[in-house]
Amino acid sequence: MVPLEWYLILGFLLFSIGVVGVLVRRSIIMILLSIELMLNSANITFIAYAYYLQNITGQIMVFFILTMAAAEVALGLALVIALYRVRGTLNADDINLLKW
Amino acid sequence: MIPQLLFFYFAGMTVLFAIVAISARDLVFSALSLLVTFIHIAGLYILLHAEFIAAVQIIVYAGAILVLYLFVLMLFNEKTETSGQKSPAGHGAPFYLHPQFPVAIFLGLVLFGLMALAAFRSEILEQKVVTTVAGVATTGHTQMIGTALYTDFLFPFEIASFILLVALIGSILLAGRHLERKR
Repeated sequence: MVPLEWYLILGFLLFSIGVVGVLVRRSIIMILLSIELMLNSANITFIAYAYYLQNITGQIMVFFILTMAAAEVALGLALVIALYRVRGTLNADDINLLKW
Repeated sequence: MIPQLLFFYFAGMTVLFAIVAISARDLVFSALSLLVTFIHIAGLYILLHAEFIAAVQIIVYAGAILVLYLFVLMLFNEKTETSGQKSPAGHGAPFYLHPQFPVAIFLGLVLFGLMALAAFRSEILEQKVVTTVAGVATTGHTQMIGTALYTDFLFPFEIASFILLVALIGSILLAGRHLERKR
């Protein structure tokens, strides 16, 4: 049987990769993709605890996180399209109107 | 022995393709390697006896979200990622020459260490229940989820459908062309 700690380490590793992706990439679409990676790492942790504590609530939480992720992607990509229409770029370096 | 081997295969592929996804310069390549990551995460869910969530993961993440990303990627001309015109690394430089890169790697390592420290120093790991697969098999897993969803979690379920409605209307408003026509 696989210990719970391995799943936790995997979740932490995926979350860190997602954080690095958000900070490193310059394209807004890639930043949104990295956020998906972070949401998935949270899902892995929830499912692992749902299995090891024999509690169905963890799986219900994953269900709601999936709903939220779908809504986030739809709204985020709509914002990206609107931004491209206004500014003509997808690069996080060039979108600096509000940057001090 | 076999669950461990399966775990190492799924976890290794997940981490490997996640790293490929955030380091590939081609955006379509990035999205497709994220698809491989999601499918292997679904394999991990099956290993954890969450078959319904595994199916939903493949349908929603691989089938809906990734396809949406690919559609939006096809709308734009910039298929490969370069630094912008106002970037400190200079125009057209790859992202790993950006001054933010070492800071990001350092912050990721610090975050990983902090989360591992917080998890393994707390007592929650000690209250593990010995898993009985028989208890899961008698009820039927999807049935258990459905019962919990429509009794204990009925109000959050309704809120979730409302969130989806808001996202639907909001994305039509934001991305639609009807605002330009009025101007």
